[in-house]
This record gives sequence, C-alpha cells and structure tokens, in this order.
Amino acid sequence: MENVTKKFPGVTALDNIQFNLKAGEVHVLLGENGAGKSTLIKIMTGAYTPTEGVIRVQGEEVKIDDPIHAQELGVGAVYQEFNLVPFLDVAQNVFLGKEPRKNGVIDRQYTLDKTKEALDMVGADIKADALVDTLGVASQQMVEIAKALNSRSKILILDEPSAVLTEKEIEKLFKVIERLTAEGVGVVYISHRLEEINVIADRVTVLRDGQYIQTVEVEKGKIDKDELVRLMVGRTLDDFFPKHDIEPGEEILRVENLGKKGVLENISFSLKKGEILGIGGLVGAGRTELAKAIFGAEPADSGKIFVHGKEVSIQSPSAGIANHIGVAPEDRKKEGLVQILEIDKNINLASMQKISRGPVVNFNKMDKVSNSMVDKLKIKTPHLKQLIMNLSGGNQQKVVLAKWLASDTEILILDEPTRGIDVGAKVEVYNLMNELAAAGKAIIMVSSELPELIAMSDRILVMHSGTISGELSKDEFSQERVLKLAAGGEA
Amino acid sequence: MEIAQINKLKNNRFFETYKTQISTFIALIAIGLILSLMTDKFLTGKNLLSVMRQSSINSILAAGMTFVIISGGIDLSVGAIVALSTAIMGDLVVNSGLNPFMGMAVALLLGVIAGSTQGLIIAKVKIPPFIVTLGGMTVWRGVALEYVNGSNVYGLPKPLIWLGGGDVLGIPAPVLMALLVYLGAWFLLKKTKFGTYTYAIGGNEVAARLSGINIDKILVLIYSLNGLLCGVSGILIAGRINATSAVVGVGYELDAIAAVAIGGTSMSGGKGIIWGTLLGALVMGVIRNGLNLMRVSPYYQQIIIGVVIVGAVSIDALRRSRK
Repeated sequence: MENVTKKFPGVTALDNIQFNLKAGEVHVLLGENGAGKSTLIKIMTGAYTPTEGVIRVQGEEVKIDDPIHAQELGVGAVYQEFNLVPFLDVAQNVFLGKEPRKNGVIDRQYTLDKTKEALDMVGADIKADALVDTLGVASQQMVEIAKALNSRSKILILDEPSAVLTEKEIEKLFKVIERLTAEGVGVVYISHRLEEINVIADRVTVLRDGQYIQTVEVEKGKIDKDELVRLMVGRTLDDFFPKHDIEPGEEILRVENLGKKGVLENISFSLKKGEILGIGGLVGAGRTELAKAIFGAEPADSGKIFVHGKEVSIQSPSAGIANHIGVAPEDRKKEGLVQILEIDKNINLASMQKISRGPVVNFNKMDKVSNSMVDKLKIKTPHLKQLIMNLSGGNQQKVVLAKWLASDTEILILDEPTRGIDVGAKVEVYNLMNELAAAGKAIIMVSSELPELIAMSDRILVMHSGTISGELSKDEFSQERVLKLAAGGEA
Repeated sequence: MEIAQINKLKNNRFFETYKTQISTFIALIAIGLILSLMTDKFLTGKNLLSVMRQSSINSILAAGMTFVIISGGIDLSVGAIVALSTAIMGDLVVNSGLNPFMGMAVALLLGVIAGSTQGLIIAKVKIPPFIVTLGGMTVWRGVALEYVNGSNVYGLPKPLIWLGGGDVLGIPAPVLMALLVYLGAWFLLKKTKFGTYTYAIGGNEVAARLSGINIDKILVLIYSLNGLLCGVSGILIAGRINATSAVVGVGYELDAIAAVAIGGTSMSGGKGIIWGTLLGALVMGVIRNGLNLMRVSPYYQQIIIGVVIVGAVSIDALRRSRK
C-alpha cells in the first residue's frame, strides 16, 4: 500500500500511509485506539475505498471493491467481533453466502470436506458439523480463521485476536500463525500488547492519529518496548499516568464475606475516602460481577455491605444510587449510556429526582447541571442537545462520569475506565480520577491494563475465579505479582 | 439560491430534530392541495371539520401508541380494549341504568385495568410486548363479547351523545378531546421524568436500569396510559354512533401504529415526537376523506393506505441511509 489516504467528511482518518507485507511474515500494526488501524484494514478488505493511494497485491495494482472481491484476491480477515451465525454449524458458517451448488441444492458433502481441510490447516480440532453456538470463544475464532482462509489465501488479517483469549489459547493461536506463515501466508496482526509482539512479530508498523510513523524490523524476544511505546503514544509513559498521592481519609465502604452462587465467594475488603483501589485479575475472574454486586445491578446473595460504617441492603441499582454508589460499566454502549438520547438527559438520568418538582422536570436546572459538568469534565460538544452516539469514546466516558457526579456519588466504581478511548482522553480520565480522589471520593477501578492498574491504584486487589487471591500494597506492585495472583498462584 | 438556503436550514438544530415531522407536514399540505384541485368539496369548512372529527379517535389511540413505541414496545390489543370499555359501559348505562358519568368512569377504569395488566406481565414476566398484547387482543374482545353476550346496545344518554357528536363554538367535541390528549401527551413526554424515562427505556433499557430507573413501574404506567386512552376512545365511539357493541375497533391498533410510523417515531424505540404522530393521523384521515370524496372503492382505499404507510417510512429510511 503506497501513500494511502482516507478522508471522511471533516476528518482525515488516514494520511499518506505506507504499508507492505511480505509472504510468510507476521507484520504487526501497532497504534492506540483511533490511530487508524481499523480504517487501514477496512481498506485492505474493501470495506472502504481509499481517497488516494495505490494498493498492490503481488505487484499488481488493484482496486478492492468489496470484501468478496478482497477474498478473491486472497485477502481474508478476522475481526474482533465475530461474524458467525450461532445456530448454524461450522461448515454452513464457513460457506455462508458462497454455498456451492450441485443439482440446484447445496453440495453439503463438498462444504464439509473443504471445511475439514481448512480446519486441519489451522490445526483446530473442531468438527465441521458442530453447531457454532456450542463452541467456546477460542474455537469460534479458529472457525473465523478457517472461514477467512481459502485455497488462494495469501494474506490473513487478525484484528486484536488475543483480546478474547486466555494465555493458553493465545499460545495455540501463535502456533496456528506459525503454521500459516510457514506455508507462505502473510499475516497482518493488530495488537497493542507489547508482550505478544515480542513473541511473534517480524516487523512492526506504527500508526498514530492517522499518520504513518515508522516501520521497524524486530528481532523476536528482543523488542525495545520503550521505543515502541514512544512511537505509539508520542511521549513517554511517565506523563501518561499522572498519579497524585492523596492521603486517604476515613473508611467509606466495607464489604464482608460477599458471595453470589457460582460467581463470587467470600469477598471482604474496605475502601477509604480519597483512595483509588485497583482490582486486577483475568476476564471472568468475577471483577465485573463484584462491581455489579456492590452497586446492586446483580445483587449478592450472601455477605454484608457497610457504607459509612452502617450496614446497608443493596438489592437494586436505585438502592446503590441511594447509598451514593455509581458504576461506570465496562460496556459503555450497552450499559453506560442511552446512545440516542441527548447529552443533558444522559448526564441527569440518574438524578432526575434532584432536578424535578413532583413529576415535572425543571429544565433550567438540567441545563445548569449539564453546563457545569461539561465545563468541569471538558466534554467536547457543540451543545447539550448533541446525541451521545455522535461523541467520541473518551467524551462518552466523561458523560458517564458526569452522570455519577451529578447524582452525588461518593463511591465510584470504574469498570475498565479507559477501554476503547484514545490516548489524550485516557490522560484526561486519569486526571479526573485524581481530582475526584482529592475531593474525597472513593474509587474502585477494575482494569485489565496492568500499567494503568499499577500506576493509578493506591492498593490492588487481585481476583481469581470469584475470590480475592491477594492484596498488594503500593510497594509490592509489579506486573509479575498481579499476573501470578490472577492465575491463582502466590504473589 | 435554494441550495444555500437549504444548507442554512440543515445547520439549524430545529430542522435537524424535526425533519421527519416537517416533511410529514409538507406532505399533508401537498395532499390537501391536490385534493382541493381534484374535488371541489375537499376545501370546505364543513369537510375539513369532518376530516378532523373522523381522525380524532385514531389520533387519540395513536398518542398512547406513541408512548408504547418510544419505550421500545408495541400494543396490538388497542382495538379490543376499546371494544371492552365501550361495550361494558353501554350495557351498564342503558341496561342497568347506571349514571352516564359513572359509566364513563367505568370505561376509563376498564381501559386502565386492561393496560396495566399487560404492562405488569411485560415488566415482571419479561415476555415481549408483541406476544402479551397479541394475547390481550383476543382476551379483551372475548371478555367484551361474553359480557354483552354478543348483543348491541342502542340509544345512549345525552352526555355521551354530546361527547361523540356535539361541539363547542363549532368545533366538534372529539376534536377538542384529541387536542387535550395531545397537549397532555406532549407535556408528559417533554416535561416530566416519566417522559424522559420512556425515551431512556426505549433507547437503552440496560443503561436506564443501571441509572436507577424503576423500569417496571414506568412500563406499567405506559401501558396503563395507553389503556386509558382506549377507554377515552371507547366513550367517543359510543357517543358518535349512539350505540355500543363488542365488535367495534377491529384493526384500530394497526391504524394507530401506522400514524405513529408516518409521524417519524422509530419502531425500534427511543426516538419520536408526539406532534409527528398527530400529523401522521391527519395524513391518514385526509387521504381517506379524499378517496371517499373521489368515490374510490373501499378495496382500492385499503391498497392506497397501505402503500402510503410503507412509502412514507421508506422515504424516511432512504434519506437516513443516504446520510
């Protein structure tokens, strides 16, 4: 790809990008959210057409019209979000939309054979007639890869494939990648996990804010992490986590032996005003469930919760809110905000009582609250009536925080607070966390990003299969310790 | 000159928010103009009043349906609840000599009971509104038919007849009633917590719940309000035809849904404007009236109305996807 530029009305998503892929190599595309990685792969797969620039496949200039054309050219892609139909079997999914016909009906045997071939190629032990719904995430990903490959596949694009996998599954995935590259397939691998890049990358191309930064040849096991981070974020990590030390105040929340059948077991901890308590652990360890249990969204069925030293019963979100607890959920789109509602209504959604007289809402008060929140949190918007769906991820997260500040939240639970938001906005979220802690709020931060967890927390609880497997004080913080505890071992 | 003007308008937030409704309004005026050219009877005071009178019941039902659809639901039982409230009221008032005002109260109460029952099942048992109200559609009509044993009642007392056919300073009573309903609906949707929560639930029920909103309560209120307006319509119908029957109102829910859709409310919930629904109901009323004036056969009328419904929503959808 030479000098590729993609402009959308009002924004240049990609500016003069250079990218080339050799047969049999793993070429990592590195960059923060919003750097333009997704746009670039959408151009490779024909979902977007570039505004300027040239694409060559095996030396020949091509114009990729659509994903089907891309596949004919030998370009296959596996996206972060799977595109499988759950109640069809593997072979039906692999041949979806391109079913071979024999005598007017689908040639079932052919699809089964070819699917088996493709599954063998990736080395997956999956039956071609298994229902996709019965497969685990890792197996579904293998099906996606099998689907993306066909006999002519020369290029495979993997968009953050490890995000949904466990350590072991990632190892397996790497074996599959090795097998494919040995057969001459070029792999475009998108990730921002430096550890992985260290294991599989041959070359790394860094994008930042839609700009081409640099392509680096790397030696496996010997990558210069600091250099890559510097290229990726354009600054060093120290400015990246602006942690302020705040003297914690009195205890505000105490949880004793909290349990929920099959999800949480015997959870006890306390939280002080001004404190940022990090919660680490793997996906599925019960972190989000703990957050939801404290807030009342999915109440616990045993144990006690004390707020300001008094035992409280929290059986619903409204009870959580009444106890001044708020949650910024992991999935902002699905759980945090009403996308097709205006900013001002979203900000005030949890505190309508405060700005209403009986059933009638006082819209002057709503404007006042909203304006002060927009100023305070630096939410970038032309006006308060903007719909949430038109805001960037970072600004959406700020609206979620604004909602809880507007409802006088004292205990703020942030579940993956910086997921899916760009670097600049991340720093702003960290700064806000500092400000809130300084103002005496207590923060629980669930995070899978170890650098963030370590830099921003005053104390870290690590969870493993529904229990707290260890607590680390500031002088004990290290990525290795968190990972060990997360895996259920001793720190 | 026009392009510059249009661009200016496009930047206007009012235009952005109300564009579907503005086009519905323009369509209404255009249809009106065409009809005035094609027939000499359309553009007369008398005819316009009669269009409004004929549209009033669908307008009222569509107002309630707007709340239901904005909340992400649907109500197929509207016609049956109208029949339930009107038939039992008629029987009590005429056959049992109940005071007509008490009779009206009974009609409203029946509407609320039917609506809130459905709302409770939708909220608590978590069954899709489509299924609950599909069941309600046959249950309520069955109750009505059983209660009056399939018979009709004629000759209603004066207050009821006035509500259906009377007027104030020349404006028909049902039209005034519809206006009152729309002012009330506008106030509820735009000015109260209940209205804001209705949009929030339709836009994202999970986020609404996690914001501490009592979803169950709001859903019950929405379906109760819709039932109440069915009761209002039942009273107006009784007065207009000076009779009550358990077989009235068949298909009324579909007209109401059509008016809501033509008025630009999103069928997937979270978005909609009450005045759009009123315009939608008027568009349907004007087209029906025009077709009657031109003596188009009722069979053709059905075809044309159907095409208008799909056409109106298609134009809106196409314009949106082009953007």
